Amino acid sequence: MDEQLFTVTVFSENQVGLLNQISIIFTRRCLNIESLSVSPSSIKGIHKFTITCFSNRPMMERVVKQIEKRIDVLKSFLYTDDEIVYQEVALYKVPTPQLLDDKNVELIIRRHNARILEITREYVVLEKTGHSDETEALFEELRKYDIRQFVRSGRVAVTKDTHEYLNMYLDEQERRKSHQCPAL
Amino acid sequence: MKEMISGADALIRSLICEGVDLVFGYPGGSIIPVYDKLYDYQDSLKHVLVRHEQGATHAAQGYARVTGRPGVVIVTSGPAATNVITGIGDALMDSTPMVVITGQVATPFLGFDAFQETDVVGITQPLSKWSYQIRRPQDIAWAVARAFYIASTGRPGPVVLDFTKDAQTGMVEFDDYKKCDFIRSYTPRPEINDDDLRRVADMINAAERPMILSGHGVMISQAEADLAAMAEKGDIPVAATLLGLSTMPSEHPLYKGMLGMHGNIGPNVNTNKADLLIAIGMRFDDRVTGNVKTYAPEAKIIHIDIDESEFDKNIATAATVHGDAGEVLRMLLPMIEPRKHTEWLAEFDIPAQVEYEKVIKREVYPESGPMTMGEVVNKVSEATGHKAVVVTDVGQNQMFAARYSRYSEPRSIITSGGLGTMGFGLPASIGAKMGAPDRTVCFFTGDGGLQMTIQELGTILEYNTDIKIILLNNNFLGNVRQWQSLFFNDRFSQTPLINPDFVMIAEAYGIGAENVETREQLDGAIRRMLDHDGAYLINVNIDETDMVFPMTPAGADVNNIMLNATETYPID
Repeated sequence: MDEQLFTVTVFSENQVGLLNQISIIFTRRCLNIESLSVSPSSIKGIHKFTITCFSNRPMMERVVKQIEKRIDVLKSFLYTDDEIVYQEVALYKVPTPQLLDDKNVELIIRRHNARILEITREYVVLEKTGHSDETEALFEELRKYDIRQFVRSGRVAVTKDTHEYLNMYLDEQERRKSHQCPAL
Repeated sequence: MKEMISGADALIRSLICEGVDLVFGYPGGSIIPVYDKLYDYQDSLKHVLVRHEQGATHAAQGYARVTGRPGVVIVTSGPAATNVITGIGDALMDSTPMVVITGQVATPFLGFDAFQETDVVGITQPLSKWSYQIRRPQDIAWAVARAFYIASTGRPGPVVLDFTKDAQTGMVEFDDYKKCDFIRSYTPRPEINDDDLRRVADMINAAERPMILSGHGVMISQAEADLAAMAEKGDIPVAATLLGLSTMPSEHPLYKGMLGMHGNIGPNVNTNKADLLIAIGMRFDDRVTGNVKTYAPEAKIIHIDIDESEFDKNIATAATVHGDAGEVLRMLLPMIEPRKHTEWLAEFDIPAQVEYEKVIKREVYPESGPMTMGEVVNKVSEATGHKAVVVTDVGQNQMFAARYSRYSEPRSIITSGGLGTMGFGLPASIGAKMGAPDRTVCFFTGDGGLQMTIQELGTILEYNTDIKIILLNNNFLGNVRQWQSLFFNDRFSQTPLINPDFVMIAEAYGIGAENVETREQLDGAIRRMLDHDGAYLINVNIDETDMVFPMTPAGADVNNIMLNATETYPID
């Protein structure tokens, strides 16, 4: 079956232990998580997870259903790259002397739209935001300057869809709550 | 009314507010404050002291399966918590409502490898619907209410509450207890979609060879009458999964038998001839489907289930209805047109006849030779008027008991299906009897499984629980032996069992017992067992070569069924 990169987003209540519950769903099926980021969402009390993983669609659809089964998970969605607008941040720590010696440095930074976050006598820290292939490209260019440290953040993404399914879900649950008869 | 009480007291009051009147447990250091408080509640909350924490979980399952209410377990921390893992996993696989309360070290000790400290929440997260650590007394009522709501609604399952010792001893104002009836991230009772219903009704009305597959969900939903009404109106044959047995009475003309690896030939073979399968409250487990690639090639599949993660998990569906089985069936019934499928129904007769000639006659009605498991099960079933609760252990004993018991009432079988836990049966039968004291409980087991939780004979001794124990003793780990015989050239690696004198052991526990060596002794022994006032064990001597047929080996076609070691169905 064809493998491609999927992005799974999860909206959950802000409770201890959700990360473990979600990640073991991947582990159990021998799915390797490419990247993972978690942070508070725009709605108070709700956390958002963005997870990327290489796999096939039937498997990932099952994974998303299993994630939604967890009690404190509100909603989980599955996307391919064309359905979302996504970014990641990369930081590059490069020794200053090698960098300053090269006349091309300014060109590299300009072409890749990178930023300099810090300069000391020993090292420079560059930052680039973009897609993985873009941050990868800068990495390749900087390689000859002997990159000391490199880090990539997880992916953050918003959907291209005009419907806001999480908000629709929350409204539906509010309606359900107000219609429910009180328990005995 | 507000008063300051201890966390332990708050827990017990919360349980009582949830309608709990029976718990299964075993005390220890980290849960002793709760046990001290229990001492004051002896009149309102009965505690059954088991002999091993695993026994507590299986007893709670037996209780839950026969009553439909959550079984409750209370154990201490550390090894007690790890001892309940099997039972929790079993409850998850078989959708059994259960609330397990484990003691835990006080919060300042968490993470320091304290005495009897284990990461219970971490370990049980993959095995439970919800796991939560109660660290503060003010969280107790909230956590207990949530636990019972989650355990008993939707697709039922186990919930774990890890209760730290300082939360047990800390003081809290106990308000009026409020049950939980809403969690915004959890929709246990989905609204049934009218379009889905319409689509399904049309498919049923158009089908020429429909078949209903009835599973545990029908039992959980108490939808037995709705199932029969649907089947009768549409003249549709019904087959049951292992956990769906007794959702339809065995004698009902539309009931065609059990599905699966050791199920009846008709339902298995006709799965591949059907043009429509209506799966209700079942999950297409691999024991039922065999090789999924060749499963039901001619049929469109309708899947009705309360858990939508089961749709298209194992088998591709043509239509689904997400909802409670009973509710769906009641809404569907007026949309179904009365039909007759006389010719299709007749197609179940020939395989049934072949199965009778080739398998059932020699297994259940042997005229000579050693006693067979099927023969014993059939006689017990007849002697109880097919009204008993049948509890099984795991293995050949389980398959024979499931196949040859006949069921006239709902909730008549309790067995470990999904996890297949040996040792499940003895404690489960105790829980079942305590949950249904007016029903006869017949527990079928093998010599291997009985010994896995044999210590629970002590629980029977203490509570004088009237369990009828039928030990189908072949001095072997029977099911593995069968596989070794059929597929591994009779290489019986680690399957022969050197057994003790079971009658002596039973009598040591105050349980009536007798050995049954020959066929002539069988009827009398069964009668003595059923008439005895109190628990009774019959140790029936079974030949090791008795094997369960028909059999569809794992991964094989549902259409290629072994009738015995040499013949398969269809017979060429």
